[in-house]
Amino acid sequence: MKKVLTGNFAAAYGATAAKVDVVSAYPITPQTTIVEILSEIVADGLLDADFIKVESEHSAMAACIGAQAVGARTFTATSAQGLALMHEMLHWAARGRLPIVMANVNRAMAPGWSIWADVTDSVAQRDTGWMQVYCENNQEVFDTILMSYKVGEYEDVLLPTLVNLDAFFLSHTSQVVDLYDEKTIDAFLPEYNPKIKLDVKDPRSFGALTSPEHYYEFSYKMQIAQENARSRIKEVSAEFEKRFGRKYDLIEAYRCEDAETVLVDYGTIAGTAKDAVDRMRDRGERVGALKIRYLRPFPVKEVCRILNSARQVGVIDRAISFGHEGPFFTEVKAAMYGSQIPIWGFLAGLGGRDVSIADIESVVTHMKQNEPSNIIWIGVKK
Amino acid sequence: MIEIRFHGRGGQGAVKASDILAMAAFAEGKMVQAFPFFGVERRGAPVTAFTRISEDEIRIHCYIYEPDVLVILDPTLIGAVPLTDGLKPGGKIIINTTRPPADFTFPKADDPKVFTVDCSSIALKHRLGSKEAPIVNTAILGAVAKATNLVSINSIMEAVKEKIPVNKEENALAAKETYQKLQG
Amino acid sequence: MVKKKNSEVIVIEKADDMPPMPASMGSMRHNKTASWRSIRPIILEEKCKRCMICWKFCPEPAIFPTDPPAIDYEYCKGCGICIEECPFDAIVSEKEGK
Repeated sequence: MKKVLTGNFAAAYGATAAKVDVVSAYPITPQTTIVEILSEIVADGLLDADFIKVESEHSAMAACIGAQAVGARTFTATSAQGLALMHEMLHWAARGRLPIVMANVNRAMAPGWSIWADVTDSVAQRDTGWMQVYCENNQEVFDTILMSYKVGEYEDVLLPTLVNLDAFFLSHTSQVVDLYDEKTIDAFLPEYNPKIKLDVKDPRSFGALTSPEHYYEFSYKMQIAQENARSRIKEVSAEFEKRFGRKYDLIEAYRCEDAETVLVDYGTIAGTAKDAVDRMRDRGERVGALKIRYLRPFPVKEVCRILNSARQVGVIDRAISFGHEGPFFTEVKAAMYGSQIPIWGFLAGLGGRDVSIADIESVVTHMKQNEPSNIIWIGVKK
Repeated sequence: MIEIRFHGRGGQGAVKASDILAMAAFAEGKMVQAFPFFGVERRGAPVTAFTRISEDEIRIHCYIYEPDVLVILDPTLIGAVPLTDGLKPGGKIIINTTRPPADFTFPKADDPKVFTVDCSSIALKHRLGSKEAPIVNTAILGAVAKATNLVSINSIMEAVKEKIPVNKEENALAAKETYQKLQG
Repeated sequence: MVKKKNSEVIVIEKADDMPPMPASMGSMRHNKTASWRSIRPIILEEKCKRCMICWKFCPEPAIFPTDPPAIDYEYCKGCGICIEECPFDAIVSEKEGK
């Protein structure tokens, strides 16, 4: 069934379609409607779940951790300052190996007080052990929530996923979303039934004191899980395509086959970039775009495979790691270590500044006229 | 792809109008996108909203800089805000006003086709909003359907009834009336 | 961007025109928040016991601790907290723009 939905509705319907058992969330602009819709769906009896009201985001994640630990499938959503407040609990969820799925509406960090798009909030959670996906459109939000439960719940993965959607450019933008049918979704996503869980009949301790004798090995196992997730994501994406007809992967290459210039991007900028690529192609310029979906696990091989056939690469970041450069630029550069292909680092759209087709074309123009550099501010009023 | 930009003031319902137009086009099998300019909402402040309608998937996610159609819910915005910037040559402008189309000239726009209709009176006749602040968003959509042929008036009326929680019939009839009374 | 605040004109064209942190360009006194108000609180002098609870609770703060307390109608946003908190029902609301 197709409907016209905002990104926030798509996220709430994604959690509903995944038949989550527990929702615990705290409202924050621009995520608020996700929580509102889910509380209505639960109250109307359309989803057999417990909605746990809490007094903060830290508590929301704590409630999800507790519920997931007893074997419930849980969902939450937040944004910016809310995600920052959760930070401690994010480590607990990941290292506790609890495959929680959370929608994060990417919003700039204050001050200046901002409710607009910027990915600093989620990038700042990079090392918590969560998988992280960046969505281009509302359909991808819905689909990614379903796929994330499936990937995360594999025994050789058991990791939570942060599903990111740009503030307003997705959260408050209406688009056509196919919600599929319940039977096909249920066949794709079986019930969650973890082997190790909190159970009064079989008591265990969780998260106890871990000496240097063992902590090191738990970290090793976390890394193995992230690596396993890479192949599980590919596997689940392939199954998803077979059942629902939509193709996903760790990355998405658009007209890169014979491209001399490849633009690397993520989130909604990736959609606009596709239209920009078409426009530049019409003028005879050999340009392609590479969308990175997963920041973690980072698709090193896949990124290199596409970029190694390019003559030049430009990365567009909607955040900056102060004192260094754009965060995705760092990742892409590290992945391409040893390659002689010149690479530029661009910043655009921070704090919700609109990124137009003209802005993306200006990136390519800049690369034609200048030597590579790590920080180029598109449209900054210097 | 057809791009429509709505200009109104806070409280007139420009954002809802962009959404309803998208719904109506979707019902006719089109791909759609609708979103507001993400400002801080305040009654009376200028508001911009956007609708994209296409046969193909819509991938672009930025504001509309080169619209095919402009919908002006409040004529006091003319001159106060740069409305016609980027309007495509031969683009259409639909204005809620009591005055005829010939009264309006837009120096920057290239050969625009201007349409006018008195949505405020029609909205009031159907008891939408108050005399000081008539809610004209549903009314003007009938005029948009007539001027652009993008969607049928029936689809507009159905989408209005689906999206507006109260006074469904009155809102739909207001749209029908502007459809019939559009000048231009 | 040009902003008119009182008679003063502040022009922000580039990053150098802005302070290093998101602080307002000069005093916020020019930002008369009275325009936000849809209801106007009125203190009834004969009922008022001068307890100053309204002064304590006003978040703006737009109430002066005078005898009797006075409301600063240039900045009062009409939130109604004083009306809610007054233990003697000595503050009433009036619709703005009547």
